[in-house]
Amino acid sequence: MANVGIVIVSHSPKVAEGAADMVRQMVGEDVPLAWTGGDPSGGLGTSFEAITQAIDRAWSESGVAILVDLGGAETNSEMAVESLPENRRHRVVICNAPIVEGAVIAATEASGGANLATVRRTAEELSP
Amino acid sequence: MRLDTEQKKALISAVAGSIIAHTDELTTLDQAIGDGDHGYNMKRGFEAVLTDAEMLSAKPLPDFLKAIGMKLVSTVGGASGPLYGTLFMALGKELPAEPSREEAVSAFGAAILAVKTRGKSDVGQKTMLDVLVPTHETMAQGAGAVAIKTTAARAASATVPMRATRGRASFLGERSIGHMDPGARSSSLMIAALCDLFGES
Repeated sequence: MANVGIVIVSHSPKVAEGAADMVRQMVGEDVPLAWTGGDPSGGLGTSFEAITQAIDRAWSESGVAILVDLGGAETNSEMAVESLPENRRHRVVICNAPIVEGAVIAATEASGGANLATVRRTAEELSP
Repeated sequence: MRLDTEQKKALISAVAGSIIAHTDELTTLDQAIGDGDHGYNMKRGFEAVLTDAEMLSAKPLPDFLKAIGMKLVSTVGGASGPLYGTLFMALGKELPAEPSREEAVSAFGAAILAVKTRGKSDVGQKTMLDVLVPTHETMAQGAGAVAIKTTAARAASATVPMRATRGRASFLGERSIGHMDPGARSSSLMIAALCDLFGES
């Protein structure tokens, strides 16, 4: 079974890319990973379509865990998940966890072959 | 009620025109209690809708509304994209091509429910719902355009003393009190534009 994929969604492309760099350095290449940040015109914000594409890039048959920062990142990610084809929709979760630490911990868990529910739970244990 | 292509174009230009004309005001409201992007996000979304007005208006009413919603979702960027997108998409899903007043009221109610679910929110949290819900109630009572418009404007003003418990403004706690909610304002602008447009019919 493939490792769970990780998607990082921030309002800032720099935050998203930086968090992804940390995941790559600390966890390595064994986890499908994609990041997206910025609104459709390149400012701070998030984009429904870019999130949909990021899910596609990080797609794994074991599922995808999404880490988000604030408000619109979560709402746009929920919309993106609901718009996925029926057979993928139930294999994508949004983790209620801090974006940077959550991404690293989720990826660490995923790299060991944990299932989607375990990856999510481990990331969410970081939330107060 | 049947909307022809010209009326649908007029609807887009009235709603988009009002939002775009109030970009700075919405930005200022959002700078006070949010992250200051509501004005520009909404402007970008409705400019995209305006650009496609011709193509959108040729569609039957349900598809017209769904396509506007999808356009907003893909272009707005902030949380307001999915929220307003959901409102329009749900309206499109609920409305028949030539709705009666009763069908319009009922579809609006269902669309508000979809927005509540999307935003995990309800009335009293200082959001767009604090305008949409009372407006829907006034519509359901059979009110005319002027009364509906007045209700929406009053409802937006009534968000000023509220304390935000949802969205970015909730981070401010007590400090969110004293400012009108930008989403409530943009909702009331859209309702006012629609009431002015359909006032006579």
